[in-house]
Amino acid sequence: MTTAATAAAAVRARAVRGRLWAAAAVTAVFILLFLVLNIQGDWKFALSRRLTVMGAVLLTALATGGATVIFQTLTHNRILTPGIIGLDSLYVLMQTAVVFVLGAASAAWTDALLHFVLSAGLLTLFAGSLYQGLFRTDKYNVYFILLIGLIAGTLFQSLASFLQMIIDPNEFLITQSRTFASFNNVRLHVLALAAGAVGLVALYVRPCLKYLDVLALGREHAVNLGVDYPRIVRRLWTAVILLTAVATALVGPITFLGLLTVNIAHQFLGDYRHSTLLAGTVLAGVGMLSGGLLLVERVLAFSLPVSVIVNLAGGAYFLYLVLKESQK
Amino acid sequence: MPLDKRNAVQLTALAAVLLTLSFISLFVGVSSISPRDIFDLSPLQKQILSITRVPRLLSAVMAGASLAIAGTIMQQLTRNKFVSPTTAGTMDAARLGVLAGLIVFPGASLLQKTAVAFAFALAGTYVFIRIVERVKIKNTIFIPLVGLMFGNIVSSVTTSVAYRFDLLQSLATWLHGDFSMILRGRYEMLYVGVPLMAVAYVYADRFTIAGMGDSFAANLGLNYRRVVNVGLFIVAAVSSAVVLTVGSLPFLGLVVPNIVTIYRGDNVRKNLPHTALLGAALVVGCDVIGRIIIHPYEVSVGLIMGVLGSAVFLFLLLRGNARGARGGVGA
Amino acid sequence: MIQAIHVSKRYGPTTAVDDVTVTIKKNRITSLIGPNGAGKSTLLALMSRLAPMDQGDVLVEGRSVRSWDSMELARKVAILKQTNHLSLRLTVRDLVGFGRFPYSQGRLTKADMEHVDQAIEYMNLGDLQHKFLDELSGGERQRAFIAMVVAQDTEYVLLDEPLNNLDMKHSVQIMKVLRRLVDELGKTVVLVLHDINFASSYSDDIVAMKHGRVVAHGSVEEIIRQDVLHDVYDMQFDIHEFDRCKVCLYFLPELTVAR
Repeated sequence: MTTAATAAAAVRARAVRGRLWAAAAVTAVFILLFLVLNIQGDWKFALSRRLTVMGAVLLTALATGGATVIFQTLTHNRILTPGIIGLDSLYVLMQTAVVFVLGAASAAWTDALLHFVLSAGLLTLFAGSLYQGLFRTDKYNVYFILLIGLIAGTLFQSLASFLQMIIDPNEFLITQSRTFASFNNVRLHVLALAAGAVGLVALYVRPCLKYLDVLALGREHAVNLGVDYPRIVRRLWTAVILLTAVATALVGPITFLGLLTVNIAHQFLGDYRHSTLLAGTVLAGVGMLSGGLLLVERVLAFSLPVSVIVNLAGGAYFLYLVLKESQK
Repeated sequence: MPLDKRNAVQLTALAAVLLTLSFISLFVGVSSISPRDIFDLSPLQKQILSITRVPRLLSAVMAGASLAIAGTIMQQLTRNKFVSPTTAGTMDAARLGVLAGLIVFPGASLLQKTAVAFAFALAGTYVFIRIVERVKIKNTIFIPLVGLMFGNIVSSVTTSVAYRFDLLQSLATWLHGDFSMILRGRYEMLYVGVPLMAVAYVYADRFTIAGMGDSFAANLGLNYRRVVNVGLFIVAAVSSAVVLTVGSLPFLGLVVPNIVTIYRGDNVRKNLPHTALLGAALVVGCDVIGRIIIHPYEVSVGLIMGVLGSAVFLFLLLRGNARGARGGVGA
Repeated sequence: MIQAIHVSKRYGPTTAVDDVTVTIKKNRITSLIGPNGAGKSTLLALMSRLAPMDQGDVLVEGRSVRSWDSMELARKVAILKQTNHLSLRLTVRDLVGFGRFPYSQGRLTKADMEHVDQAIEYMNLGDLQHKFLDELSGGERQRAFIAMVVAQDTEYVLLDEPLNNLDMKHSVQIMKVLRRLVDELGKTVVLVLHDINFASSYSDDIVAMKHGRVVAHGSVEEIIRQDVLHDVYDMQFDIHEFDRCKVCLYFLPELTVAR
């Protein structure tokens, strides 16, 4: 019995690993193509630019993917994302407000580093204070906190759209460069700072990752199996907030990236274990983004921001998921 | 006080508030017209009244009343107090329809554009209802969460397409709830709400029963599909008419029915007149505030509704959570 | 031994458990009985640190649950609640493997595998072990969850209404397994039961609760009596003894009263 069971498990594990390697290979091809295709002129300069872009892609995929995997496990569902609490709307409002109030010439807009720190700080502050509600009392459930965030998001949206209505059309175009996610605007020193931040968060959350499988069973099972629930969950939430804030501040909002990549990883790998799920999600993210950039920059010649493509694909996929789920 | 009498008193009070606000609304604006002038209007004043002020007032009344009722219908159908055209993707779908109309039929008349928006709103609401019917977690709070997420997705599609066609700012301008652009000849479509409200009144009880579910409705001899479809039709028609003429009025359809329930309980049919009057009064009031607050400029009614609506929604949520602590919402 | 000392728990305005002091003896099956809303499940949750108490303390082997390390406690006490919906799609074997988490934290060793095999065999799940949980019937799923708790290999096993939604055959099967856990492996089982006759036939001790308080505590002999049960449930019981086993009749109250 034991040997048969172990053998079956081993076969399954090998299949999952094989699929992960296949995904890694495809992603590597995308990255390589993106780096060298159509490279002309000063190739050293061009390559270093492209490497920065790829760095931003890797970091975004890692932060967004990691945050979404943890978020979905903590909230026990597969159709919500951490950005749902209005972080994206807040980011858009912030950009519009800075240009409207301070003007596009102000340091808060032109200095990339200051802009990043301000954005990340404000997003963390907002998300952090919202989730305090989760930690402070056991009266509110997770969905309740999320709904409050979403309402705040709608409020930010109506404020932003009011500003967009009265703002000068030229300034509107300027804000648009930042309200749509872009990997090409990322500066190397900002990228380095963001990478440092993500690295620290990763170190902080690393010891908690092994609990994710058990947490997915629900609070009661997790407590029964020895998880120090409040402490672990708090750490994981903190990581979700920080990772989402850093990713959004770095490249701008790509609302449905996480949703898309987690679910792709899920379907493709068919394995509940979070260690493989995390790896698969990050790979899917890098693959999607580099493939999207390849498409946008080398094929479509910049006519659409890559975030638009990701959001379109993510939106369609979300509908598919919900409707498929409902057929069961 | 007997119930019927109290009902009459409350209705009269609401009507009085609405009338007062309407009266104020007619005399607030950049060009001054005072109530004293009413019997001796200059030709210009006559024109202002008939071209902008009266249409503006009428459209606010219609939009408020019909959207509030659309909200009630959705809440009955989904049996969820936190669902409304704003939290179910209806408004977002209608907006996508507006955009589609702009791109595919650039020369189309307003009516044709409305038809496109209506089709999209209908499809969007239908998808949402399907989602609610089958979603596994029937948590009161999870449902609107899914709806808002759905709405976000639809609007991200809208944004993407608008970006491609460089229509972002004009779309933002058009679809942000705002009465300052309402002129004679551009708002009449809102009258579609009047017959629909009558239908809603006739169907009120059926919506409640349909909300209990497929088999429950069948047990009482009701054609579930048909009732749901009638509801969807009303909601979609009202939402697209409002989006096209006024723009979005966030949370109106959510807040008004909830307030009415708080002071009147849950008899939907009897509540409908209250819902309509309160919705109208709220929108007219917000519009007046918007015109006064930074006079001679205007703050859009969409913004004021957004701020006020989210505040009230939060209040309702916290209140519901406190009451439902033992099970329901807090569970 | 598990001791609850003056524990209380309130949910909003209602007091679910009201100043309860009770000691669960080792190597026995103890059943918690009582009408709906008596606080049985809440008491079980407090004893297993699933819910924090408002007052009092619970001691496991003389040490407060609050001072135990959570992993260590998970190797001492296992709890299974009555509703078990999972958002994960797991096979039976995966689920049972989770029972070893307190020992290996996710990386199953050879010894863990053996425990998993034993638990599967114990619950008679050999043929089902590679099936997904959502493909099983309610009774099979319940057995899978109990197998997980068995694999957890704790001295104390706490179960909240394990017979809920099970037919007679499966109920008997599960109660027999619990009996074996106590008699063969020397474990201590505490469970909430609604069927008074299962409690009477399989337990050693019974704790009867009402309105959040313990109204009677003792051996089956002491509790399964007309006067005691009448106090607990506010209804008539007619108790018969067959072959050292006490059976309560309460289905036809008018007959019972007539006697």
